[in-house]
Amino acid sequence: MTEQTDFVQIRHAQKSFGELEVLKDISLSVDRGQIVAIIGPSGSGKSTLLRAINDLDALTGGEIWLDGTRVNKDLPHRQYEKHINEMRQQIGMVFQHFNLFPHLTVRENVTMAPMLLKGLSKDEANALAEEQLDHVGMLERIDYYPSQLSGGQKQRVAIARALAMKPKLMLFDEATSALDPELVDEVNQVMKTLAEEHMTMIIVTHEMDFAAAVCDRVLFMDKGVVVEEGPPEVIFKKPTQERTREFLRKHIEGAK
Amino acid sequence: MGLDFSIIPKYMDVILLGCAWTIGITVAAALLSFVGGIIFAVIALYAPWIVRQPFRLIEWLFMGTPLLLQLFLIYFGLVQIGIDLPAFVAGIIGLGLHFAVYNSELIQTAILAVDKGQMEAARTLGLSRAQALRKVVIPQAVRAVIPPIGNNMIALLKDSALVSVIGVSELTLSAQRVIGKTYRPFEFYMLAAACYYVINLCMEWVQRKIERRISISR
Repeated sequence: MTEQTDFVQIRHAQKSFGELEVLKDISLSVDRGQIVAIIGPSGSGKSTLLRAINDLDALTGGEIWLDGTRVNKDLPHRQYEKHINEMRQQIGMVFQHFNLFPHLTVRENVTMAPMLLKGLSKDEANALAEEQLDHVGMLERIDYYPSQLSGGQKQRVAIARALAMKPKLMLFDEATSALDPELVDEVNQVMKTLAEEHMTMIIVTHEMDFAAAVCDRVLFMDKGVVVEEGPPEVIFKKPTQERTREFLRKHIEGAK
Repeated sequence: MGLDFSIIPKYMDVILLGCAWTIGITVAAALLSFVGGIIFAVIALYAPWIVRQPFRLIEWLFMGTPLLLQLFLIYFGLVQIGIDLPAFVAGIIGLGLHFAVYNSELIQTAILAVDKGQMEAARTLGLSRAQALRKVVIPQAVRAVIPPIGNNMIALLKDSALVSVIGVSELTLSAQRVIGKTYRPFEFYMLAAACYYVINLCMEWVQRKIERRISISR
């Protein structure tokens, strides 16, 4: 096995549900601090790929590496569970539907995992929560329950919750798709701030403008393969593949 | 012989003591049924086959046979294998496990109804499945089943009268004993009924308070 130099590396990722191949031999590497957007039509496998990175959807073949450690190691079940829980602490994930814990306050949403998994005291965890919530502009709502927040606010709390584990990598699975249009910007703003702080991010998105403005690289996926990848100015302005052009054309028409 | 309620104050202490036993047994059995219900539910949903099977037998035993028989079995039957429980303990265990099985059914449904994104979000943060269940899924499931579990607990209160047959001087047996002395069944059964009603109202009040507290977080 060769030495891993890339920060995140996906090698020959393959996933099938019975006959259906969702991911067909996908390889991708991401440098530290890089921001990669994955775009493509629904059913293209982009979410599945993202969810394979932290093993939420297990691959049927291929390897995922993060910072020199293989994420989807071959281990006996019990050892694998321990290993994957440790790996997931280093990989933050933000979901389309926020998935905040509704029975906990904003503060408790953020402090739970650091207290449980990193042994932080209540005071330390509270200080951490205040810092992270301040970072996403949600400090004033620290003692609210998720049901008392707007969608955009929920998503900002979800980002703070993920950041509180001090992840090396952040995954965003259509983080703004479920939001009302006027709330999208506040979440994008937070993601831009993270980009400026050189957080390594992989973003599945439908927002081409945001991808163009923030990302270093864009992958266009369709039917389980990466059709085309490159810097946003190439993918969005002069894509080489017909399928990419068609997708972008439809997308722009859809947006109008 | 007409009705004469003026006799009641003389025996009120016996009846109140009976109430205290009824309340004590009901509260203890309710707690057991609640905690037991969560444990049974988790076993039914997540335990390996080899653990699940014996529990299915227990479940069948408690759901498919009369509570009265279960109480006899626990109080009289277990003595033969060297487990000699005080009557009130046998009563609490019998009532508690009987209703734990019913609560377990409710909690299982509620656990399955918790959005799967909750488990995913917890696992993504690095929690193990057990931690995610304990901290995220079960607390939400339990909140959802408080109203139907409250109904079970009212049934439990009423069924607590059955422990009188193994000799626990709870409300019903206390009333019977007083009637044995006074030959006034109507007065004292009515009094016992009134006591059950009041205890019932208190339980509903507690249930409403719990529901109101948890509704804020939804």
